[in-house]
Amino acid sequence: MANRVAVIGVGQTHHKSKRDDVSIAGLVREAAQRALDDSGCTWADIDAVVIGKAPDMFEGIMMPEQFLAAALGAVGKPMFRVHTAGSVGGSTAIVAAHLVAGGIHERVLTVAFEKQSDSDAMWALSVPQPFSAPLLAGAGGYFAPIIRAYMRRSGAPNDVGMRVAVKDRLQALKNPYAHLHMPDITMKMVEESVLLWDPLHYLESCPSSDGAAAMVLGSEEAAKIAEASTGRRPAWVHGMAMRSEPTMFAGRNQVNPQAGRDCAADVYAQAGITNPRAELDCAEVYVPFSWYEPMWLENLGFAAEGEGWKLTESGATALDGGDIPWNCSGGVLSSNPIGASGMLRFLEAALQVRGLAGDHQVEGARKALGHAYGGGAQFFAMWVVGADRPE
Amino acid sequence: MSKIPQTRQGHRPVAIVGFSQSKSLRADRASNEVEMLLPIVHDVFEKAHLTKNEIGFICSGSTDYLIGGPFSFVTALDAIGVWPPKTESHVEMDAAWALYEAFVRLQEGDLDTALVYGFGKSSLGNLSEILNLQLDPYTMAPLHPDQVSLAALQARAVIDQGFGTEEEFARIAARSRKSALENPFAQVRRDDSVEVLLQEPYLVSPLRRHCLPPISDGASAIILAAGDKALELAEHPAWITGIDHRIETHAFGARNLAVSTSTAKAASIAGVSEGHVDVAELHTPFAPQEIIVKNALGLNDSVSINASGGPLAANPLMAGGLIRFGEAAQAILDGRATRAVAHATSGPLLQQNLVAVLEGA
Repeated sequence: MANRVAVIGVGQTHHKSKRDDVSIAGLVREAAQRALDDSGCTWADIDAVVIGKAPDMFEGIMMPEQFLAAALGAVGKPMFRVHTAGSVGGSTAIVAAHLVAGGIHERVLTVAFEKQSDSDAMWALSVPQPFSAPLLAGAGGYFAPIIRAYMRRSGAPNDVGMRVAVKDRLQALKNPYAHLHMPDITMKMVEESVLLWDPLHYLESCPSSDGAAAMVLGSEEAAKIAEASTGRRPAWVHGMAMRSEPTMFAGRNQVNPQAGRDCAADVYAQAGITNPRAELDCAEVYVPFSWYEPMWLENLGFAAEGEGWKLTESGATALDGGDIPWNCSGGVLSSNPIGASGMLRFLEAALQVRGLAGDHQVEGARKALGHAYGGGAQFFAMWVVGADRPE
Repeated sequence: MSKIPQTRQGHRPVAIVGFSQSKSLRADRASNEVEMLLPIVHDVFEKAHLTKNEIGFICSGSTDYLIGGPFSFVTALDAIGVWPPKTESHVEMDAAWALYEAFVRLQEGDLDTALVYGFGKSSLGNLSEILNLQLDPYTMAPLHPDQVSLAALQARAVIDQGFGTEEEFARIAARSRKSALENPFAQVRRDDSVEVLLQEPYLVSPLRRHCLPPISDGASAIILAAGDKALELAEHPAWITGIDHRIETHAFGARNLAVSTSTAKAASIAGVSEGHVDVAELHTPFAPQEIIVKNALGLNDSVSINASGGPLAANPLMAGGLIRFGEAAQAILDGRATRAVAHATSGPLLQQNLVAVLEGA
């Protein structure tokens, strides 16, 4: 029987295009220290460190966890490195959570980062690989045709993506850690920005960010101690799951991948959720390109197939007035330290149910979804966190 | 007597019930990673009497830097065919750590089986240049110390502190190569005398060529099963009765390179010294490292070390540590041993180490 897992502390950096004031070690340490402070723990209280990041080629360092061991207080402790493509920030949190759920450790520090200014992700994603046809297009070029397929299938009007781009940037204004703060953003600005990969405009794409995210995950006992010492309540993990499917095969539904649907079904079943739109108070979902909001609304069961764009269009997903706000933090569209982007979704979901999300808090949030995806939309990691201790 | 031995750390009992590996080759030009994995994945399922649809969890270990591309594990998944979608994860570490993740995942009782695999095609690039990128990018990598020179520093520390001699390094190499004659999967298989080996010129003093591992392409796979499921799938499951891993600082100047405190700590938590050890498989790619790890594990001379030939006879990166687990487990699965130690390492100069005790019932 699995032990209960709680998020007892979270920390993140102020995400920026260039953090040239710190090394990678300094960057991850900053987020980790904030998570420790939030949890009322010291470095000595941590039993193990689980770190994740997107491909090593982004910074040009092979297995960077080796040189980061000291900066993350891991010397003499177990240190573990996860890499599951873009979903890695979520998967890393889940691997860490299983160390507590499986009774291995009491308190695990989990960290994810990317220092995109140290490299060129577009290049790293485009190098030709032995035995494989090169894509030479980066992530946007990969996903644009899938978005086109969604538009054709659903009949969504052309401006739905632009609505998401504006909504998430306006919500980012309420999050001091967000990379992009664009108070004057309008639909017209988005439409007039450069068309990068048809149908995606520049402002419908995520930025390149330096940043890190960290969480301290603890057992029930650790949660009790943390709450008593900090006065801040934990977020409880109500369900967590990962799913993978192959990149390519005949008949694969790339627009609405089965792995995403299965992962959501698994995590909802664990959390006792039958109607996610009604039972969740908010969601932090990996939307690196604007159109992935309506697409994931359908994939995650918030709307019927072909209907996701109607939720976006009606304003249902906005923090201001929506019944199911998505990405109140500004999401990946406003901050994208790639390896950390998934963990930020998990972390922001925890902040919401702890009531600590500040200006982007959804009032009275009790249950939230954190979501990450990666590869060719084939790797999924999700958790549902709640304010109440699960049964 | 119970059919399932007691675990030391209160873990749910999990056992290795199947192991498969590819033949280690200097350069496997005929297959890509998927083609390397496909036969061994089929083989390990067959050995464990399972199909992929019965597997609860999948975890792999590999590094992007060997292929020089961002997602080497992604296409490798095609060797499994994860359809319908599966619960799956990946570590950018030796696949022995993927085994650790799978072991942890099986603790909660909702899943009973896991597939673990690792693969590495070291022949695709210049290994010395690639492994340099594993060093601290600000202070160490720009100096470009190659991995053999670093290993020579460690070997020198072993000699200077009186833990070993060049002749002992040669004896370890000779024994490994000779043992490998019995292992059809090994790459360096020959009967060399210590005297002849010592006549080789230094590559980087005090290391001669025989102190180095071969450059290898290869893959390995293991099936884990928990509790009664393991008894169903194997006659003599290799139970993981203790397991732990630890990391040290990356700063070589802050470590005594001739000792392995992380191995010693993991060994004490895994309970290595709490019984007689029949066989040990040590992931020590450079001959002097065997002395360091053997000392840290507290193994005496009665223990059979690397009867497979070990990493000095075959060293596919990212799969090599998992092969140690497989070889140690196979001795128990075959009824040749009742208590075995498996060790895996990651990072430069034994920075990070994983130790497990495997037991038959």
